[in-house]
Amino acid sequence: MVLARGLSKTYRIAEKQPGLQGTIRHLLRRRYRDLDAVKAISFGIQEGEMVGFLGPNGAGKTTTLKMLSGLIHPSAGELRVAGAIPQRRQPGFLQDITLVMGNKQQLIWDLPPWDSIRVNAAVYGIPEREMKRRVTELADLLELGEELHRPVRKLSLGQRMKAELLASLLHQPRVLFLDEPTLGLDVTAQGRVRDFLATYNQRTGATILLTSHYMGDITALCERVLLIHEGALFHDGPLDALTSKLSPHRQVRLELHQPQPREAFEAFGTVESHQDHQVQLLVPRDQLTDSVAALLSRFEVLDLEVNDPPIEELMRSLFQQAGRN
Amino acid sequence: MRSPRASLRIARTLLSTQYAYMLEYRAEIALWALSGVLPLIMLGVWQNSGAASQAGWSPAQLRHYFVAAFIVRQFSVVWLIHVFEEDVVSGKLSPFLLQPLQPLWRYFAAHLAEQATRIPFVALMLLALSAVDPGLLWRPSLQKLLLGLMALWGAFVLRFLLQTLSSMLCFWSERAAALDRLLVIPYLFLSGLVAPLDTFPPAVQRFALATPFPAMVDFPARLLSGLPVDLGGGYLSLLIWCLILSPLCYWGWQRGLRRYGAMGA
Repeated sequence: MVLARGLSKTYRIAEKQPGLQGTIRHLLRRRYRDLDAVKAISFGIQEGEMVGFLGPNGAGKTTTLKMLSGLIHPSAGELRVAGAIPQRRQPGFLQDITLVMGNKQQLIWDLPPWDSIRVNAAVYGIPEREMKRRVTELADLLELGEELHRPVRKLSLGQRMKAELLASLLHQPRVLFLDEPTLGLDVTAQGRVRDFLATYNQRTGATILLTSHYMGDITALCERVLLIHEGALFHDGPLDALTSKLSPHRQVRLELHQPQPREAFEAFGTVESHQDHQVQLLVPRDQLTDSVAALLSRFEVLDLEVNDPPIEELMRSLFQQAGRN
Repeated sequence: MRSPRASLRIARTLLSTQYAYMLEYRAEIALWALSGVLPLIMLGVWQNSGAASQAGWSPAQLRHYFVAAFIVRQFSVVWLIHVFEEDVVSGKLSPFLLQPLQPLWRYFAAHLAEQATRIPFVALMLLALSAVDPGLLWRPSLQKLLLGLMALWGAFVLRFLLQTLSSMLCFWSERAAALDRLLVIPYLFLSGLVAPLDTFPPAVQRFALATPFPAMVDFPARLLSGLPVDLGGGYLSLLIWCLILSPLCYWGWQRGLRRYGAMGA
């Protein structure tokens, strides 16, 4: 359904030094720099797949989504979405896709969402009766009611986002590009949007590419993730594999019958915390079985828990590292 | 290819939605209508000079011409570049580009809806004027009225196309609206808004008639006010300029989209 090969985007950016001298130089002899926002990334997405698209700010996620939806032209590479070349923006392609941006809206600000929905229905050629049926169905899923008759400016952020989703999905697109659809929403509203997306995917078999800064969205919805880092694809595969890639350790938590000195555990891995009966270790993945067996035989263990470090922490450390670099 | 019925439904829905939107801004539109009184001010200036009578115009013709120019001005105002610039710079154009409808139709519908919202305010202004000076208004024949309204609509389309072309600069410059202001001066002087073309020296008249500007005010205003006019020449000028500008707009649009960075989106 989505195929990108060597997809790149380079922006030409004017550079200006601070101060009066910089301003005059900028005026007389402007200097430009090429910024490689996306660097030759390749990936494919099968029909009906729900894929998470991760990366720190400025990594190239939104630029990629804009290329996939045909808003901007790639600088290089090959791209096919629903069998079409996106930047040609042919009507058949536009009927097949949608792009929902958490920080941008298509609804007319001073009018109720119904007015925007009517326009969309006319533009996409959806008959009146069918439009009403689809709106009822989507409104039920999104738990929207009389909000559709209130001016958009009077809706809460969560209600607005749900109305945006309704308007964007009215034409039943086969491919959904979702850029931070839960941005700024409270926990309840985030949960509703997540549930809605999962149900929509199950019911329609739509292909979904989702970016979000909330790892909860990704872990709840996507088995596969793409991780983009400084414009290049860092990971393409299951979320679990990303965890292994980002962290070559697993977290082992022990509850002991008798307290033991910290040094007793240092041979098994890195001691993260040590307090009375509780010990937390980071053990290399390839030594996990041996280490656990040794721990169980050497100490009197009341409880043992093996976990992956939280993905949020792994991502945060990766992004912080990217920021420092 | 969309069927005529589907196109009609889009037009109807866009117009009704945009009309509802414009009604939300009725006070602002009333102020815009009030600010378009330049032709009436010019009427005052020309009434006190002998130049129009030297050009063979009677006082009544002069009054009717400037009132007609006022009406033409009111219903051919184009503000596309100001919203388009904002939409391109902020990325608000992106949602429109994602739908299978040329985004410029939305702006076109918004202009028509704004004109419809303006009608009662302009009517009130004309009524107020006629109360002050009953001789300012006249009753044109049905034929002249229809021909004049057709020319007025053509003038609006021509202005819209001309500004569409300059709006395409928004893809290259963040301040394209400033460049468009350069067109205001020739529009004011060569269209007949500030001075009737008959009062210009023959060489300037010939130059003016070689530009699209007289078709934007002079031609429809003459038709509406019942002044002698080259009917065929006026419509032909409208048609030729629209035919010249349309492909240029299309070319600018295609080139501009390649530059569009969908910033802020």
